[in-house]
Amino acid sequence: MADHLGVPVLYVRLAFIVATWLHGIGVIAYLLLWRFLPLSRPDLAPGLESATRRGLRTGSRTGTAEIAQTIALGAVGIGVLLLIQSTGRGIGGNLFAPLLVGVVGLAVIWRQYDDVAWGRWMRETRGWGFASRIGAGIVLVAFAALFFLTQEGGWGAALDLASALVIALLGVLLILGPWVTRLLGDLSEERRERVRSQERADVAAHLHDSVLQTLALLQKNAGDAGAVATLARRQERELRAWLYGNDQQPGDSLVAALRAAAADIEDTHRVPVEVIAVGDAPLDPDVTALARAAREAMVNAAKHAHVDRVDVYAETGGRTAQVFVRDRGVGFDPDAIAHDRMGVRGSIIDRVERHGGSASVRSAPGEGTEVALSVPLRGSDTPIDTEALDTEEKA
Amino acid sequence: MSTLRVAIIDDHVMFRTGVRAEIEGPVEVVAEAEDVDSAVKVLTETLPDVVLLDVHMPGGGGLEVIRRLHQRHPEVKFLALSVSDAAEDVIGIIRAGARGYVTKNISGAELLDAIARVAAGDAVFSPRLAGFVLDAFAGTIEIAQVDEDLDRLTEREREVMRLIARGYAYKEVAKELFISVKTVETHVSSVLRKLQLSSRHELTRWANDRRLI
Repeated sequence: MADHLGVPVLYVRLAFIVATWLHGIGVIAYLLLWRFLPLSRPDLAPGLESATRRGLRTGSRTGTAEIAQTIALGAVGIGVLLLIQSTGRGIGGNLFAPLLVGVVGLAVIWRQYDDVAWGRWMRETRGWGFASRIGAGIVLVAFAALFFLTQEGGWGAALDLASALVIALLGVLLILGPWVTRLLGDLSEERRERVRSQERADVAAHLHDSVLQTLALLQKNAGDAGAVATLARRQERELRAWLYGNDQQPGDSLVAALRAAAADIEDTHRVPVEVIAVGDAPLDPDVTALARAAREAMVNAAKHAHVDRVDVYAETGGRTAQVFVRDRGVGFDPDAIAHDRMGVRGSIIDRVERHGGSASVRSAPGEGTEVALSVPLRGSDTPIDTEALDTEEKA
Repeated sequence: MSTLRVAIIDDHVMFRTGVRAEIEGPVEVVAEAEDVDSAVKVLTETLPDVVLLDVHMPGGGGLEVIRRLHQRHPEVKFLALSVSDAAEDVIGIIRAGARGYVTKNISGAELLDAIARVAAGDAVFSPRLAGFVLDAFAGTIEIAQVDEDLDRLTEREREVMRLIARGYAYKEVAKELFISVKTVETHVSSVLRKLQLSSRHELTRWANDRRLI
């Protein structure tokens, strides 16, 4: 419920307890909201969700602290309620006892509709357990009503009638309430089920299009180790993106563009390119230039360095976006090629410098190469962090 | 130095066999297990030097294994191995007490190196983990506001993390920063300690957002 309002659970509970002092409004509101608001379930990427469901990872649990807190809050609430009673300013003393009995009776009826802990056992709508619970609830409510009526006998007949009517009405409402909510619950359950089966179909289609095809290709190319590795790597990347939910489009952000470029180069040049990113930035012209230059650097590393992996690291924070492309390959002497070859100068260094950034190439024969690129971020474009991206995707 | 005793805890038989074939010899594989309960049992019996621990496993995952064992047997070191790129799981298992994290496509030689490092009490950070750490400790905070050393990385530690994220091996980091490999190891261990002990507001929030706690 707290999620729905976007405030911490503690405050919500406190608010309800304060409201309870106002003639029990809090209790009723809490019960109603509790029924009608769905229990929130965090959205996870499919891979994580399934791992959670199968118990492969340790999920968050209700800590003992939380239980203790709830009990403490409840105790405080009841304590203050009693205090108000004893000063005689609360609900009339004659009313208080029957009301308490009535509330307990209703709690028994409603309790069975709690979703989580009591689960299926409590959810059965027929049978001995159900009948006895309903019975107990009704008896308690009736008892409270009776008590009320005898106590109030001295008052005017009008008031008597009115309160009797109200109580009867409330009784009917409260007893029928659970069925109504159940009906609603069933409807939404059905809807969920439909969505779920559609999702299953999507998963099947996905597996068919990706994994099955790759497996077929692998069998065909079984003799070619390089091709097998590339195919496996590509499939891994796709599956990972799908399972762990970073299937961004190349046009979305710097990191997405770098990942797309890396994937492309892996396919063409058969060299794994590992992209690690901290922070992210939207693609404005400067950042786009940065991404293109980084791509060029990756291509160079994959083509000329003769390595079996290329590391790319992107960091966006504060006012600059930086990308490092590194290989442990043959290396070269940057001074020797600066004038006669366009690649490094034109497409990497100049491109970044035109956009106000800086680029440097560090390399020596036999010592690998690292290209460091950075561009300033435009003032108005505050960097978006990866977390924000994650939630956008899930939304 | 005597041969290191290693346990492999992973629910995929094929993976266990593969790793075993790759590392058996230089180290001794003393135990294997495929879920949390059996893992806790064999680990308590054998008390290996280093446990290669899968992040996702039946019974609550690697996190649960560490939770149940770490208090009683702090001398057993854990190295997390996973195909999962989920930051919350990786940081979670480190915060529980693992001394490092590597991905499953690591080569045999690199894995042996990582095992030796962890056994010696050092930390093993893959580029990806270094990236997560920088992410978790990201954001500039005024130094005046921070009274707890644990809550931020020093500039040097940040530099080391950055280089590791850029794909530098410890040796290369040392050369780049003109410090000894031992010093790099010290920095990395100190980052690990901060990651495990820090109650830094941002880290907690970050973890919370990713439903870590």
